[in-house]
Amino acid sequence: MARNAKPNRINLALHAALLPLVITTLLAYIGSVLWTIRISFSTSKLLPKDDWAGLAQFERLFETDRWIVSLQNMGILAIVYIGGVMVIGCLLAVFIDQQVKGESWFRTIFLYPFAMSFVVTGLIWQWLFNPTLGLQNAMHSMGWTSFTLDWTVRPETSIYAVGLAMVWQGCGTTMAIMLAALRGVDDEQWKAARLDGVSKPRYYWNIVLPQLGPALATAFVLLAVALVRTFDIVAVMTSGGPGSSSEVPAKFIIDHLFGRNNIGLASAASVVMLITVFTVLTPLLYWRSKVQSRLSAGH
Amino acid sequence: MAQVNVKDLDIVLGGNNILKSMNLEVRDGEFLVLLGPSGCGKSTLLHSIAGFIDVTEGQILIGDKDVTWADPKDRDIGMVFQSYALYPTMNVERNMSFGLRVARVPKAEIESRVERAASMLHLTDLLKRRPSQLSGGQRQRVAIGRALVRDAKVFLFDEPLSNLDAKLRSELRRELKQLHQQLETTMIYVTHYQVEAMTLATRIAVMKAGVIQQIGSPDEIYNYPTNLFVAGFLGAPTMNTFRGKLLQDNGQTTFVGPAFMANLSSYPNAKNIQTSEVIVGFRPENINLTDGKTSTNGNSGRISLIEPLGPQNIVWLTLTDGSTLSAVTDTQWHGKVGETISFDFDSARASVFDAKTEQRV
Amino acid sequence: MTTSAIATPSVAKPRKQLLTPARIGVYAFLLFTSAFFLLPLYVMLVTSLKSSDEVRAAVLFAWPASPQFGNWVEAWSTACISLACDGIRGGFWNSVRLVIPATILSVFLGALNGYALSFWRSKWGDVLFAILMLGAFVPFQIMIYPLVAWFRLGGFYNTYWAILLVHCIFGMPVLTLLFRNYFVSVPQELFKAARIDGGGFWRIFLQLMLPMATPMIIVATILQITGIWNDYLFGLIFAGKDNYPMTVQLNNLVNTTFGERRYHIDMAATILTSLVPLLVYFFSGRWFVRGIAAGAVKG
Repeated sequence: MARNAKPNRINLALHAALLPLVITTLLAYIGSVLWTIRISFSTSKLLPKDDWAGLAQFERLFETDRWIVSLQNMGILAIVYIGGVMVIGCLLAVFIDQQVKGESWFRTIFLYPFAMSFVVTGLIWQWLFNPTLGLQNAMHSMGWTSFTLDWTVRPETSIYAVGLAMVWQGCGTTMAIMLAALRGVDDEQWKAARLDGVSKPRYYWNIVLPQLGPALATAFVLLAVALVRTFDIVAVMTSGGPGSSSEVPAKFIIDHLFGRNNIGLASAASVVMLITVFTVLTPLLYWRSKVQSRLSAGH
Repeated sequence: MAQVNVKDLDIVLGGNNILKSMNLEVRDGEFLVLLGPSGCGKSTLLHSIAGFIDVTEGQILIGDKDVTWADPKDRDIGMVFQSYALYPTMNVERNMSFGLRVARVPKAEIESRVERAASMLHLTDLLKRRPSQLSGGQRQRVAIGRALVRDAKVFLFDEPLSNLDAKLRSELRRELKQLHQQLETTMIYVTHYQVEAMTLATRIAVMKAGVIQQIGSPDEIYNYPTNLFVAGFLGAPTMNTFRGKLLQDNGQTTFVGPAFMANLSSYPNAKNIQTSEVIVGFRPENINLTDGKTSTNGNSGRISLIEPLGPQNIVWLTLTDGSTLSAVTDTQWHGKVGETISFDFDSARASVFDAKTEQRV
Repeated sequence: MTTSAIATPSVAKPRKQLLTPARIGVYAFLLFTSAFFLLPLYVMLVTSLKSSDEVRAAVLFAWPASPQFGNWVEAWSTACISLACDGIRGGFWNSVRLVIPATILSVFLGALNGYALSFWRSKWGDVLFAILMLGAFVPFQIMIYPLVAWFRLGGFYNTYWAILLVHCIFGMPVLTLLFRNYFVSVPQELFKAARIDGGGFWRIFLQLMLPMATPMIIVATILQITGIWNDYLFGLIFAGKDNYPMTVQLNNLVNTTFGERRYHIDMAATILTSLVPLLVYFFSGRWFVRGIAAGAVKG
């Protein structure tokens, strides 16, 4: 690069312009992550302490029931939320791709939940799950007396209620991503497949789906990141309850940072989340870039 | 191998009557090219024969079977698409065998068919590669291979060379011609490039606005175009056309135009032409430029442009009435822009059209 | 039209089927899922217009006897949140006061970063960008405490500036990515021509590149308006009581009432809170989809 040829004035302007980026990246991102990691190795409670506690906080963490429950819930949500959204989102995209009339109406309907805050979503579904005033009662009064939908008040099912609300909110974006990817498939392949005697479902399964690898990975990554961030909807819909049955890691961490004044424990939990995210995402993103370059090489 | 018969075909798409009472007979083993400008209905015709477009009226027969309402997969056809439409995540072998696997053909049979097609198309070493690892020519062969393994009786080609650069296009054209000589299968090929049509076809069907203007061998179409449209569509530079009168006098037929005259006595059946208002056409290679001296017809023009092509030159003349004439000369000819020069015609190879109907007379 | 004597029809009748079972199935699935997505919106709307008696009567799906728009007025101006009874309008104006500058600032920074990184190549710039992209995946929980501590140190914790800054920080990765990808597709020749014409860093940015990036600015603005308006957690942690956005006020209104819950007022407040992003969505749906596709395609 002709760095020497650049006049000083431009160098100054460039560096001034990049200052927010530098500060944000180094301080806000790297700095805060490093500090939190440091705190996780201390015995800090309300304020950071400069001592060294080794892995004590981590041990304590995994002896805490609430944390274990939140991890289990995360696993449940991973299946219900990520799995549910991927399947329904893909199905919606495939069905809309069939040249249906009123396509834009359907798209509008499926995507609008994305525009709602998690608070709004949580409150509406809290209302719907209300055993005496919500859906359950509505079904009873319509004659379906054996219908039960009191998931939010029972510890065994509260997390599933949250999962359902999250699926409701999340399908639209995945559908949009997959629809865009579907539209990128050369439609002459369908003609060739028809000639080969391939049925439509088989065409989607054998020929289209393998080509959607990168898009599926993108959708998965976005969902995984959203999953780790889950806080709002749980706080609003069930407050983590009944008891701590619908606790999630993000809420555990925030509660311990503020209400319970235990930044050491919270930091340890944050570090665990960080490690989890990167161990899952790194191979996935690597695989995705490989597949993408392979698919686009010949076009 | 089979012939294809299209009878009284009507195709209406989106309210437009694209094909009206189309009749076409493709002979067994021939390479028929559907040639025409974009929008003339050639792709529509091809896709109807393939079964991707519903027929409004009429019949399509392949071999002895009426396939008018048959599914594409039941028509014994193979098709090569403009983008080749290879399945990107499957290797060559799986691309070729996919249809057979879907039809539950026994594994041994699939293997032998794929092997046979691969050796015919020189794809044996490439069987494990994916489309993204193949060159344009190799991809075309795989697309043909897909049709080959199905024992297709008719091969359909939808402008397969349109997406390629010029050099690759001529290379693949030759491969296609060799393939046809080797396989002797009936092939129907759609293109808007006249060069492809001329070099590949056994017969060319020139189409315009859903109607076949003329169908015949390349030689027939080129030298004996049946109307003005066909005459203008083939040949580069385009045929020179002029309006004028035809005078019959004492057994001599003469064309009198605003800028020149031509003796058309050697034109086939010249004496019996009834019309006097005509459009006459001369291909640039059938015009002779004579140096300096006035030709017997008193035709002359001023050189306005010379395009050297290497083995030939294209010389553009401006005539006395302002119209232009293009002529092809060999490298021996010399001339300068601005010179006045004379010309005459090889009248036996002219084309004469009725001025009103634009049909050949 | 006569059939030739030799030919035997292989398929006798034309299938004039526009409505095959498969097609019906497609529409059925789409309509059914549409109902699932529209249900909460309908219930929310209907409940907000009921009188308190009708709510208690618990006929969830019934349209109110006479729509009580007064509920909305009450939610807006007189509903009680904790101790104050001024309705949720305070939260509304807080959100407005926050969203507009935060959107403008974060989009501007994203565009600036994207421009600087794609046209003015520098080694450090690429490294910073890579780190920032990693930052997009970092679970935000790990960054919260250090940010709080630093803001406290700077004396602006729990103020307007804190929440404004936080939105810029957390919006930077996605917005920078969006703009950088967009600018990468602008031909370098354009930039070189501008340099030859004597343009400097800021001039080229403000007069050439920024105007050219209008579609992306629209997409980014929509994403930010929606995201910042709908945010709950950051508003709760960083904004301070005087600046609580509408989402926080909403949750306080609904989940921390003493005495009898007034569901119809709650739902009215919920509608009011989701009005702004929903309107943005309905009037710019096309850009929404573009934004998702643009952000998602490159991960």
